[in-house]
Amino acid sequence: MTSSTERTEADTLLTGLVGFTEVLRAAGVPVTSDRTAAFLEAADALDVTDRDQAYWAGRLTLCADPDDVARYDLAFPAWFEPSQARRATNRDERPPAPPKLAALVPGREGTGDDDSDDGPQIKAAATGTEILRSRDLGELSPAEREHLRRLMTLLRPEPPTRASRRKHRHRRGDPDRQRTLRAALRNQGELFSIKRRDASRRPRKVVLLIDVSGSMEPYADALMRFAHVFVRRAPRSVEAFTLGTRLTRITRELRQRDAERALGAAGKAIPDWSGGTRLGEVLKAFVDRWGRRGAARRAVVVIFSDGWERGGTELLGEQVEQLSRLAHRLIWVNPHAGKAGYAPVQGGIVAALPHLDDLLAGHSLDTLEKLLKVVRHA
Amino acid sequence: MNDTAPAGAPLGHPAPGSPDELAKALRATGYLADDGLATATYLAMQMNRPLFCEGEPGTGKTALAQALAEILGTPLIRLQCHEGIDAGQALYDWDFPRQLLHLRTLEAAGGDFDVDSVEASLYDERFLLARPVLRALRTTPSVLLIDEIDRADDEFEAFLLEVLTEHAVTIPEIGEVRAETPPIVVLTSNRTREVHDALKRRCLYLWLEHPTIEREIEILHSRLPDVPERLAAAVARAVQKLRHADLIKPPGVAETLDWARALQLVGARHLDVGTAARTLGAVLKYREDADRVHQQLDALLAS
Repeated sequence: MTSSTERTEADTLLTGLVGFTEVLRAAGVPVTSDRTAAFLEAADALDVTDRDQAYWAGRLTLCADPDDVARYDLAFPAWFEPSQARRATNRDERPPAPPKLAALVPGREGTGDDDSDDGPQIKAAATGTEILRSRDLGELSPAEREHLRRLMTLLRPEPPTRASRRKHRHRRGDPDRQRTLRAALRNQGELFSIKRRDASRRPRKVVLLIDVSGSMEPYADALMRFAHVFVRRAPRSVEAFTLGTRLTRITRELRQRDAERALGAAGKAIPDWSGGTRLGEVLKAFVDRWGRRGAARRAVVVIFSDGWERGGTELLGEQVEQLSRLAHRLIWVNPHAGKAGYAPVQGGIVAALPHLDDLLAGHSLDTLEKLLKVVRHA
Repeated sequence: MNDTAPAGAPLGHPAPGSPDELAKALRATGYLADDGLATATYLAMQMNRPLFCEGEPGTGKTALAQALAEILGTPLIRLQCHEGIDAGQALYDWDFPRQLLHLRTLEAAGGDFDVDSVEASLYDERFLLARPVLRALRTTPSVLLIDEIDRADDEFEAFLLEVLTEHAVTIPEIGEVRAETPPIVVLTSNRTREVHDALKRRCLYLWLEHPTIEREIEILHSRLPDVPERLAAAVARAVQKLRHADLIKPPGVAETLDWARALQLVGARHLDVGTAARTLGAVLKYREDADRVHQQLDALLAS
């Protein structure tokens, strides 16, 4: 028989645990109700009055990747031991305040969202889609920018394909022993026809690396939208990262259907909007943490950057070379490359150039469409 | 079937009473589990959920399944994933050539056969090729290791999800096969690709890091008891430094063990620049890494 005091204690414990899952959700860990249920089940199987066991009950059931683990490690002491929170293990030093979406949209202050009333301006800006297509993305008025957003959503990126090892029934190709025999069995073992199979085609991986440092700021919003459209189109085979002072994976955020919400989430995830660039170091982080593991292996890798590197370019060159060896095709998109009189003389580009398969412009919608074509046929 | 439980195997999993007990049992097999790993494994058994292990290569993901099978006295059934793997390679298949042969034999024997009985005899248990997942369901208890799930395709994940949730499969010609005691399932991933959240949600998620230096020395002792203590400590220290040396492929525990073994084989009593240079191939697997480390051997070995 449980006495009423015991029941209250259990209730308090339960409230504490469920409350924690809410804190965790707010911290960016996608906690679903079945995960919460698993957490409670795990807590039940362990002795949750023991700090370590409580920690592991949650970590094993509520996290799903290393990023979650880092967030969990911050949230756990903050919730369960507020007095000791300061000396918590702090492997991932996250920025104090997440930047607002407003940072995504240069030239507009205050409202970060799409709900501001731009109606009349849009009409005024509808001067001609064709002209807008070739306009420099960095030099648009707010109204033109709005119009362009809509055009962006009309892009239809197609990921490139590669031959798959899995074979499917086909009229031509290698004999399919199993299907042939199965057919023969149906005819009392008499072999009438040879069934065949052929390799199908699968989407090839695409990796988008977007430089969000200060010098790229005018293009950041457009490029993020471009990435959103691409990720939405092929969520299983396209990955997106931002390069700034740190590397940030934004694929998960960009998978949301709604563009504004996806960009808002991505904006929150990126700690270093419009900061400096350490292109070489950040590329190295990508190659080490993701590229070599498989994200870049035989993928089409697209780097969006002006190649502006403050420090030496030796590391950058080294990393681009590594990347080109891993990737199926390495494409560098430089917004300045489309302008009259452009020559690839910036240190970063010079170091990268020998290892690139393509150097493309990416300053307008037209050039982004061209990029899509190159990616499609890579 | 190939996988029969060894004589004297307990019926059902002997349930260790706590994560600590489990850690002790694992330690007895030479697998040194930290709190997280012991708790994860304990929960996987208590909650009947697959354990999803992710982490750098060489952090002991696969070895965990082997150690678990050993302490439970159950067979380890392993499914190695690869691109294009499908249900036929994971679950079961029919042995077509033998079925055909059987049919020819019936024909040669002559006589009247009715179609139904011929068909029934064709889809008999003896023509069924049980693949790892089916074997694990039929061998109870057992430990099923699904290795490198990140190499398989999404479709295969969806298929696994079903089997791991139901602990049962239906073979149209035979009927349902349901595990009496669900197998303990360990999935491993090297993170070359993100595994679908639906699958992860079914599992307990364990992110494995490289061991601390103390634990690594312990591991060396327990696996290679003949390696002198000082050498083991020096190797562990050097490997820890290598993991922070910005290498293309930081060494895992397997490389630590390889290195210690290599040093032992060349008769080294302690780790100096000469012996380290000669045996570095056991630890470093890229020319760039070897070049970089060769230049800094002194610093690496300084304690």
